[in-house]
Amino acid sequence: MHQVEIATTQQTVLDSPVMTLNMGPQHPSTHGVLRVILKLDGETVIDLDCDIGYLHRGMEKIAENRTYTMIAPYWDRLDYIAAVSNGLVWVETVEQMMGLDVPRRAHYIRTILTELNRIASHLLWLGTHALDIGAVTILLWAFREREEILKIFERQFGARLTCHAWRVGGMPNDSYDDFEQDVRRFIGNIAGRLDEYETVLSENRIWLSRTVGVGVISGADAIAIGLSGPALRGSGVAWDIRKARPYAAYADVDFDVPLGDNGDTYDRYLVRMEEMRQSRRIIQQAIDNLPDGPVNAKVPKLIKPPIGDYYHSIEGPKGEIGCYLVSDGTQQPWRMRVRPPCFMNLQALKKLCIGHLVADVVAIIGTLDIVLGEIDR
Amino acid sequence: MPLVSVPKLTFAQKLKRFFMIDLLKGLGVTLKFNVGALTDKDAVAGKGIYTEQYPKVRPDVAPRFHGAPRLNMDPETHETLCIACNLCALACPEDCIDVIPMDVEVVVAGKPRRKKVLDEFIFDTSRCMFCALCQEACPTYCLELTQDFELATYSRAGFVWNREMLEQGRETVKYEA
Ligand code: SF4
Ligand code: SF4
Repeated sequence: MHQVEIATTQQTVLDSPVMTLNMGPQHPSTHGVLRVILKLDGETVIDLDCDIGYLHRGMEKIAENRTYTMIAPYWDRLDYIAAVSNGLVWVETVEQMMGLDVPRRAHYIRTILTELNRIASHLLWLGTHALDIGAVTILLWAFREREEILKIFERQFGARLTCHAWRVGGMPNDSYDDFEQDVRRFIGNIAGRLDEYETVLSENRIWLSRTVGVGVISGADAIAIGLSGPALRGSGVAWDIRKARPYAAYADVDFDVPLGDNGDTYDRYLVRMEEMRQSRRIIQQAIDNLPDGPVNAKVPKLIKPPIGDYYHSIEGPKGEIGCYLVSDGTQQPWRMRVRPPCFMNLQALKKLCIGHLVADVVAIIGTLDIVLGEIDR
Repeated sequence: MPLVSVPKLTFAQKLKRFFMIDLLKGLGVTLKFNVGALTDKDAVAGKGIYTEQYPKVRPDVAPRFHGAPRLNMDPETHETLCIACNLCALACPEDCIDVIPMDVEVVVAGKPRRKKVLDEFIFDTSRCMFCALCQEACPTYCLELTQDFELATYSRAGFVWNREMLEQGRETVKYEA
């Protein structure tokens, strides 16, 4: 692994007046409607500010006027790239609040499909990140693999992106007939495909010069800012909720948590690539041990969690996605709060970008893997 | 202002760079796919080309797909299965369903009775998020989200489907392959 040193200099490179530049909100590389106000000295970023909220839909407020069953599809629309894991946070929060006993088969299928979703999310990240940096081929390949996952989602849930995957207490349907076969075929293919991506990218000189040493953040800083997910693990902090507080069937499967050394864009890339391989391992174990049985718990007709509050979080593809729920004993929550991983990760943008060139801002936005639907909610 | 210094390369790495091993390896992989696309007998079915030739070749949509809504009818009598119970409208998070019932006089076992039947059914597909909660709520399997996915129209009003459209489905242009 490369060692990176950070030197500081007080001198501006060019003795030019500071220029303010708006990047976005319609910029294709900001991954949505993000407006970044850059203060530039020549091409070097000396300060930046994010303007968010273009996609605000008031999800948390909407949830106060919906029943617990109705809220689930709204969760898909937070981080629409990872709708299946988002849905899992919501149903698990309600289930744990009500003390429902979800059958093992449902837990296993949930594990398989959320891990598939993690791969799909990382593939989309890889494709767009590489495209931002200038490697167009990877985008097409990543979407080819992602398509296979979306096909599985379509057959299982009836939708490709916003799946509305789970119901409180279990799943809307048991797995479809060829489910195991499809999943096995996919995990059989993906390993070789990941090697292909790495052959093209990992040693490529352009890729290296665009990512190594770009957007460095130390572990301590990452924790202070509140980063989570691959952005945190890229800085070498071993924190993965799948290990720390296992949910679904993660306690039964064996996997490693990849860590980076330098906390730069290249390390976060390696971490995500390795995470996809680990996801493949998890899916392999879960599908081999898939238990039989029902997929739904006994759920009361009216879902009314007991009075009180509860917080539950899972390791989404982007980081810790959590739900804080306050129930007043009625059919609708009194307050629902989303703990958004991308929102927290976006805070690091300023720290990561200062001192880099404008072109690196694009790479850094890509490496943070943000989805504006969830930042703005 | 932090500036980052990128590490010096080792001799082996420099040698690899000089002979462009990194680029050639990548090119080898891309070339493999190019050759595959050109030499496969049926590139679309084989490994080479993954693009779906829509609209000429229509995609094979999964049976569970949540697409255009439909009100199912009894296959024998061709009467609607809807009993105007309003459960779908109550289940919908987005309030896109309006069930308008009407009372009719029917004769049951020789006595006149009033019965609630379906008069009109309004389904706003522009606000629908295809979550299928309405389909799950329907007790008679009347309301169903079908495999039709072509929902675009030229006007906002066109997104609001009435009973006739829900029962007959919508005409879409089918292209020849
Ligand atoms: S699919 Fe969902 S949003 Fe659409 S009408 Fe049915 S319940 Fe409402
Ligand atoms: S739930 Fe079914 S039967 Fe009841 S009103 Fe809706 S479509 Fe008709």
